Amino acid sequence: MTEQLSNPETQKQEIVEQEQTERTRESRMYVPRVDIYESDDAIHILADIPGADENSIDITLEKNVLTIDAEVQAEKPQDYSLMYAEYGIGGFRRKFNLSNEIDQEKIVAEVKDGVLKLVLPKSEKVTQKISVKAAKE
Amino acid sequence: MIYRRTSSPSLWEEMDKLQREMNRMFDSAFTNRLIDRPINSHDFPAMNVWTKADVGQVITAEIPGMNVDDLDIKVVGETLTISGSRQAPVDDENIRYHRQERGYGSFTRTIQLPFAIEVDKVEANYEKGVLKVWLPRAESDKPRKITVKAI
Repeated sequence: MTEQLSNPETQKQEIVEQEQTERTRESRMYVPRVDIYESDDAIHILADIPGADENSIDITLEKNVLTIDAEVQAEKPQDYSLMYAEYGIGGFRRKFNLSNEIDQEKIVAEVKDGVLKLVLPKSEKVTQKISVKAAKE
Repeated sequence: MIYRRTSSPSLWEEMDKLQREMNRMFDSAFTNRLIDRPINSHDFPAMNVWTKADVGQVITAEIPGMNVDDLDIKVVGETLTISGSRQAPVDDENIRYHRQERGYGSFTRTIQLPFAIEVDKVEANYEKGVLKVWLPRAESDKPRKITVKAI
């Protein structure tokens, strides 16, 4: 007995531009599906970005906003024409707000077989606790 | 379902896309997600079919994060079956999931090809999470050219 795919959605979700800005290039962009989990010392992100490799992925972290941007070159088999298509080819983009303090210097990103793996170590900085004293009159 | 079209590919592409989206929308509307029903795993992976007249077809599918050993491709007669399984994510007591959107587990998909295949010459490669299967048309199946003699 084999277990079935847990996620029945097979169709990629295309990005609907929510911001005022638009891209100049008229290519498709998709939302990569992600798994995000947190361990004691880091936040881990796994993203499905088939067709992208280490040279076409751009990851930025600015003011707690993590942006994953992956370009995908449409590789067409030479001299063949597309007869039937169930999925579109295009880049991937997704942004996340990170709540935890991340140690930006120690972020590790690797890609294998179209899966991006990001490890965002939590900062060791201890948040300073401010004790409140009762004011004396 | 595989069919051929002849004119205005871009318009047809858009029409096809619309139709497929509609179909999927209805599919998901009529199936109750709350019940743990057996999922139509033949929907996965989504495939693109490329063709070259008299030479054969190329089928591509996006299946990121697979071990090549877990991928199984079979050609029997005029059907192609792609099956495999993607490993379940890490399960550890010390981690907390924020999101889990990526699918895992096993899948099988069989498609009917429009012609017989030269089984010995089927090639497949898996790169950057994209599977590509080259299916050359069988020599015996290729159309013969008939010369017309003048009497």
